[in-house]
Amino acid sequence: MDLQKLRFTKDHEWVRFEGNLAYLGITDYAQKSLGDIVFVELPEEGAEMESGDVAATVESVKTVSDVYTPLKGKVVKVNSGLEDDPARLNGDPYGSWITALETESAVADGTMSAEEYEEYCKEGK
Amino acid sequence: MKKTPLYDRHVALGGNMIDFGGWMMPVQYSGILNEHERVRNAAGLFDVSHMGEITVRGSGATEYLQKLLTNDIAKAAPGRAVYSPMCYPDGGVVDDLLVYRISEQSYLVVVNASNTERDYKWFREHLIPGAEIENVSEQYAQIAIQGPAAEAILQQFTVDPLGGIGFYRFKNDVRVDSIPSIVSRTGYTGEDGFEVYLSADQAPRLWDDLLEAGAEKGLVPAGLGARDTLRFEAALPLYGHELSETISPLEAGLGKFVKPAKEDFIGRQALLRQLESGAGRRLAGLQMTGRGVARSGCEVRANGRPVGHVTTGNYSPSLKKNLGIILVDANTDLSGLSVVIRGKEIAASAVPIPFYQKRYKK
Repeated sequence: MDLQKLRFTKDHEWVRFEGNLAYLGITDYAQKSLGDIVFVELPEEGAEMESGDVAATVESVKTVSDVYTPLKGKVVKVNSGLEDDPARLNGDPYGSWITALETESAVADGTMSAEEYEEYCKEGK
Repeated sequence: MKKTPLYDRHVALGGNMIDFGGWMMPVQYSGILNEHERVRNAAGLFDVSHMGEITVRGSGATEYLQKLLTNDIAKAAPGRAVYSPMCYPDGGVVDDLLVYRISEQSYLVVVNASNTERDYKWFREHLIPGAEIENVSEQYAQIAIQGPAAEAILQQFTVDPLGGIGFYRFKNDVRVDSIPSIVSRTGYTGEDGFEVYLSADQAPRLWDDLLEAGAEKGLVPAGLGARDTLRFEAALPLYGHELSETISPLEAGLGKFVKPAKEDFIGRQALLRQLESGAGRRLAGLQMTGRGVARSGCEVRANGRPVGHVTTGNYSPSLKKNLGIILVDANTDLSGLSVVIRGKEIAASAVPIPFYQKRYKK
């Protein structure tokens, strides 16, 4: 996955635009912090989301973590393979999208480039 | 923030350190699921030095402990380890602990890390003539090696035949890696294994040597995360969850560690009443049938009616299911079970506990 094509949020989500769809996932930093992921709660197809809404919930053995959408859109696809194999998020965080929103936004507010996100993660330590 | 003698080792091993009741402890190194699986199939090495140790000695030591504990230690010969709850007058639990009978008048009591100060205060308040106590927690480190390969790995470090130490037995003054130690066949994982008590300053050397020698048998360092999933599957109680100030040992299904026929002890009257009329609540097990992970504190319903709560809930790495230990009203019919998880009622069904059959060498 070419990280240059992604935008990153302060909450460690990534967004990838493909036409009028925005794919959402969690970053490598997020999966490392969470540890072994054992459960994913996906959104309902057709759900209308506002920027900042909880799009999904990811649970590790020790933690429950909400995944937020940084843009407004309608859920048109969910990665249901994650229900049976949530560990994919640990093994391939950038290749394992969680949900795709149909959106009119071309950008996601308040997101960072790959370089900015890398800096952001370093500062956090 | 308190650190065990092995703190630097955990950091060097890439341990993810967290605040556990004021102690900096590793929650995991390579991952909870991997560490858990290794303990079940090979062996895991745990730093449990944060536990508290209190010595009890003197002509009054046995009488004193009999007063404090629900279990009967009088018949425990030297070399026996005894598990017992310690209760308040109302039958609630101060702590659950292990008593090692070193000799006729000498005991080592091991208590939960989070309760050490409170337990020692309780011990002091109920002291009787002829019993001397000392909080020796800082002098002791404790390393647990657990799993089917544990004995073979530990045996490399002592000439004492470990096969001669039976379940809930221990040997005092064993040379392990040339270090004078107490070696007991006890643990908190549901697997065979040993707990080694030794002087704090010697612990790093034994830790390093065990990891190096055990590597070929699959030994890995294991953190508090795996310690919790392992004991959860074996339905071993955790103070604050299955036992507490408001949960009696009878409610927690620990009746075999409560001996009302022995001489009077703190809480005996209250526990006798519970035995006669039945404990108000009981522990049970459930498995999620709908999608969701039950967590500690979640409300449990039977046919839509609240009947209790989850004491411990999680994904079970060995059974690969989402399970829960629940505390429910004693006469509850457990049909139509559900768990309320973040506001949503998710279906579950009753299953027996323990979820995992313990593999002790008895």
